[in-house]
Amino acid sequence: MESRKKPLSDEDFIKSLEGVYHIQGRDFVDAGIVSSEVKKSLQGKGIPESIIRRVAVITFEAEINIISYAQQGTIQLFIEPDAVIIEANDIGPGIADIDLALQEGYSTADDSIRELGFGAGMGLNNIKKFSDVFELTSDVGQGTHLKSIVKLSG
Amino acid sequence: MKLSEIRDLLDARVIVGEDKLDIEITTAFGADLMSDVLSFARSGCLLITGLSNPQAVRTAYALDIAAILVCRGKSLTSKFIETASELGIPILWTKFIMFESCGRLYQEGLTGCIRKTDGIEEKTLVR
Repeated sequence: MESRKKPLSDEDFIKSLEGVYHIQGRDFVDAGIVSSEVKKSLQGKGIPESIIRRVAVITFEAEINIISYAQQGTIQLFIEPDAVIIEANDIGPGIADIDLALQEGYSTADDSIRELGFGAGMGLNNIKKFSDVFELTSDVGQGTHLKSIVKLSG
Repeated sequence: MKLSEIRDLLDARVIVGEDKLDIEITTAFGADLMSDVLSFARSGCLLITGLSNPQAVRTAYALDIAAILVCRGKSLTSKFIETASELGIPILWTKFIMFESCGRLYQEGLTGCIRKTDGIEEKTLVR
């Protein structure tokens, strides 16, 4: 019996994995470079430009969050037949109150983040807004896990 | 309106993209907060901003923004110019403040890439 819910086999995982990007916390100079790289890697694959823009926005905000708050992290990009999936995992302080963190305007950003043009408490909301499926979990003192799915059908 | 006309209207200097002055631009978005740009700006618009760092360029690239107008005569770093050249984003630079820049362009027919933030189906914003 076939089930679409079954976990990906190792082979399928590797097949759909498009890229893994390592991000160093507090590395503000190159902030946004992963978003640019992700965008470049999605071009020329028959994915609609509007979908690529959404993935680029989600990746940008996820990248800024890792740089701003975590010690280090990774962003993984998967291309599946019906969706693009962005997974961001970091090692860091985590988020104690996810509902509070998702409130627009709530921020714990410092000046170095604000100087980049971010840190106004909109990042997680932007990720949620441009995702078809949005999952955010955290272990306080260990890190944060974000999964965002953008369906190709829009 | 052509990018060259925007340059002329604002006594702007072309920092990157001398070869792209013929591109047509009909809409604009003005902000210094890049999260606002990522949230509300649309592809093909002119980004008017006082933020002159590589993140402004990468934000424009993420959204297929046509060009950036740096206002208030903000100083430009070589990293900013290098990033714009690498990603092919034209950069204009003016000493007019943001309000004057927006007003002069609006008067000549440029409009906001969205009018308001309400009443719009959210996911259409980046389409």
